[in-house]
Amino acid sequence: MSEFTLRNAVVVGRDGVLPGRNDVAVADGVIVDVGSDIAAPGESVDCEGAWVGPGFVDLHTHLREPGQEWKEDIETGSRAAALGGYTAVVAMPNTEPATDAGHLARYVADRGAQVGLVEVVPGGTITAGRAGIKLAHLDDLWSAGVTLFTDDGDSVADAGLLRRAMEYLAERDGVVAQHCIDAGLAAGGQMHEGAVSSRLGMAGVPRAAEEIVIARDLSLVRLTGVRYHVQHVSTAGAMDLVAAAKAEGLRVTAEVTPHHLLFDHSYVEQINPLYKMMPPLREPSDLEALREGLRTGAIDVVATDHAPHADHEKDHPWEEAPFGVTGVEWAAAVTNTVVELDAERFFAVMSTKPAEIADLDGQGVLEVGAAANLVVFDPLAKANTTRTASRSTNSPYLGRDLNGAVRHTIFKGEFTVRDGSVDNLVGAPE
Amino acid sequence: MKHLLTMEGVDRATLTSLLDDADEFYEVMHRPIPKVPALRGKTVATMFFEPSTRTKMSFERAAKSLSADTLSFSPGTSSLKKGESLKDTVLTVKAMGADLMVVRHTSTGAAWRVAEWAGVPVVNGGDGAHQHPTQALLDSLTLRQHFGGLDGLRVAIVGDIRHSRVARSDVWAFTTLGAEVTLVAPPTLLPPDLVGWPVAVSSDFDDVLSEVDAVYVLRVQAERGGASVFPSVAEYRQRYGMTNARFNTLKPDTIVMHPGPMIRGIEIDGGVAVDPRCKVLEQVTNGVAVRMAVLFQLLGGSKDV
Amino acid sequence: MRSVMSGGDMDRALRRIAHEIVERNRGADDLVIVGIRTRGVPLAERLMDLLEEIEGSSVASGVLDIGMYRDDLDSRPRTVLGPTEVPIIDGKTIVLVDDVLYTGRTIRAALDALADLGRAAVVQLAVIVDRGHRELPIRADFVGKNLPTARAEHVTVRVAETDGEDGVWIDEPTPQEQGSAA
Repeated sequence: MSEFTLRNAVVVGRDGVLPGRNDVAVADGVIVDVGSDIAAPGESVDCEGAWVGPGFVDLHTHLREPGQEWKEDIETGSRAAALGGYTAVVAMPNTEPATDAGHLARYVADRGAQVGLVEVVPGGTITAGRAGIKLAHLDDLWSAGVTLFTDDGDSVADAGLLRRAMEYLAERDGVVAQHCIDAGLAAGGQMHEGAVSSRLGMAGVPRAAEEIVIARDLSLVRLTGVRYHVQHVSTAGAMDLVAAAKAEGLRVTAEVTPHHLLFDHSYVEQINPLYKMMPPLREPSDLEALREGLRTGAIDVVATDHAPHADHEKDHPWEEAPFGVTGVEWAAAVTNTVVELDAERFFAVMSTKPAEIADLDGQGVLEVGAAANLVVFDPLAKANTTRTASRSTNSPYLGRDLNGAVRHTIFKGEFTVRDGSVDNLVGAPE
Repeated sequence: MKHLLTMEGVDRATLTSLLDDADEFYEVMHRPIPKVPALRGKTVATMFFEPSTRTKMSFERAAKSLSADTLSFSPGTSSLKKGESLKDTVLTVKAMGADLMVVRHTSTGAAWRVAEWAGVPVVNGGDGAHQHPTQALLDSLTLRQHFGGLDGLRVAIVGDIRHSRVARSDVWAFTTLGAEVTLVAPPTLLPPDLVGWPVAVSSDFDDVLSEVDAVYVLRVQAERGGASVFPSVAEYRQRYGMTNARFNTLKPDTIVMHPGPMIRGIEIDGGVAVDPRCKVLEQVTNGVAVRMAVLFQLLGGSKDV
Repeated sequence: MRSVMSGGDMDRALRRIAHEIVERNRGADDLVIVGIRTRGVPLAERLMDLLEEIEGSSVASGVLDIGMYRDDLDSRPRTVLGPTEVPIIDGKTIVLVDDVLYTGRTIRAALDALADLGRAAVVQLAVIVDRGHRELPIRADFVGKNLPTARAEHVTVRVAETDGEDGVWIDEPTPQEQGSAA
């Protein structure tokens, strides 16, 4: 086990940013000391004023294993996540087969532990096979460590079925996370319904398709008291619904993706499927609202919806290409580029709050005695967008100018990324 | 001009030059030997990933009248059925020596993607409900032949605008050439947001009829789910059909156009379809002429010197 | 730019050509004078006027655009097409009119274009200047002036109808063109 000290950094601890420059000492996988100019054995790593905080936590990562390993697997996805500064990711359960039972969840967690670059937390489905007909093996999933349940990729359309899932999980204090898109309103939809879809002649997904599901679900949250998490909020109206629910005292949280913070629907005019995702890219007014919501707390976390697809799947005309883009490597840089957040709020949305939502021990916290899951993030450096560790290249960020670079990622007290380079990635089997 | 993909943003000089050339090819088509050697040795590939007879025939006729060879790709008999990607299909056809590709596809933007991959000029033969630029050219040529020009012309386009690549192309070509366009459709057949469209909109067909110089009747696209976007065909005909009765209320010099194929009894009555003021067959002839002009400009002397 | 034919020279050449046409064809009854776009067109019109003056009867004429018949489309900037308007040529004697005869490729294209319009009895060629350097077995029947030139030189014919003045000039090649010619 390594002993080292991150020195000369802006340190974001449990109670906020420590005044001045500080050091964080790590030994045997644990944070052993925090303070200025501390004496500690082992290597000194000069952080040159960069931010040091708890490693990022992603509530929404598609690792594609098992079943779609040509897009990504737990190893390549873990490597990409580490490069993005993550020490934990929640693996979306829309695998093949879908993660709807305990043994499948254990497989994902075990593969993640075997790779050892980030904590891979399995997400579980709400319904069996994600088919929306009957409940998944919720208890079985729970006992395998699943805390976040979602049929991501589809909404649970049947309100009666969803209510039963909520009642069941409320007892366990699990989280129901919903991909909020009404299938009828979004039928055939390819992009945001608006001026651009009208000119391109593509069937649109109106904002109402998202908002109507949230509004319905909030009624069920009132009924059941479950913890409810809205995945990839894309409209100002959806965010307002969440904010109102919070004000009412419901236990509701929401995430926004980096692409919904950076791109609006005008990017679709390139008709390049790199900008095809669900929910779709919305309008500038939505982007403004989402950025503001992330600042003020109406939105709780940034989640990537990292969705790898192989070239041979994306090299199609728009309507035949699948939805989704990768982004786990640059989510922090995008957030830092487009939303003005202080270090404390930045780590809240990237790490502390997502760890809290998914109930992750040893994540999202920087304090003496805590597990050394850390990231050194330089908000002033340029992100490296010339390479990806993902198996897929369907990223709209490659080649883009972004501010903010992950210098080092430390998982369980060991460097998984040093100096931001994939070549120096420790523990990455070739 | 490297490709012809869209009518949106194409300037008046470019449109006029294509129509001027089309005039010359129109003359060629009416010669005893309707063929010129302009594109001898060139190969035009027609790649229609969506069923189409007339547009494909028209492009092939145009290519042959220019002495080009044609390669024809149809999805029903191709390896597409076996799961080949569009990109591989394009590279395969290119490897066979295609000098230009005409692409029709159900997906918006397909021709743009093909243009990225092909390395040869690409003509959009229709992409989803987005664009169909040669249709707009032939429609513009028909109006210009009949009225001498489009400046100040009033044109109503009636029907399923929402799902119509013809409307999305005509709107830009007609207005760039100086016409005023009114879209007439029920709300469910209009695009949801018309911001930036240089058009007027009406849902009252009869109100518009007496003022226009040309009525452009769109096909009711039953295959695009017509049944669920208006209550019944009878109701549609009642409000938006070019019936014999409506035809009689037009100004005496107003013409009727239709992209074909016509569904008589729904969007157009049989009596209107055969009236000399219905220009459907002229449109078909003009289609060959404008496609000759497009192929000629893209393949003959487009080199930047 | 060096002048090689004045307006007066051109006028005299056209008059002489008109007389030669009448003499060769024993009148102008079955003649169609066809100008090749662009400068052949005003020259053909002048020839037609001169022929009518000489013969005292009307003479048929036409305009031929050879844009669709060129064999060098790939190596040219975009070819702008113009109208072709030629009366019935079957059994007629066609006099093609152009400004300069050079490689012969324009005339080859014009002959192909004519052949697509019908079957002429005889086709003859009249030009203001023959500058040599033929690449095809083509010769003119009526020539205003034989003008020995170097390949690198440019011959410019101007006609009043389109250029505001009549005359023929030779441009000295620029050093760059000399380089590429060598």
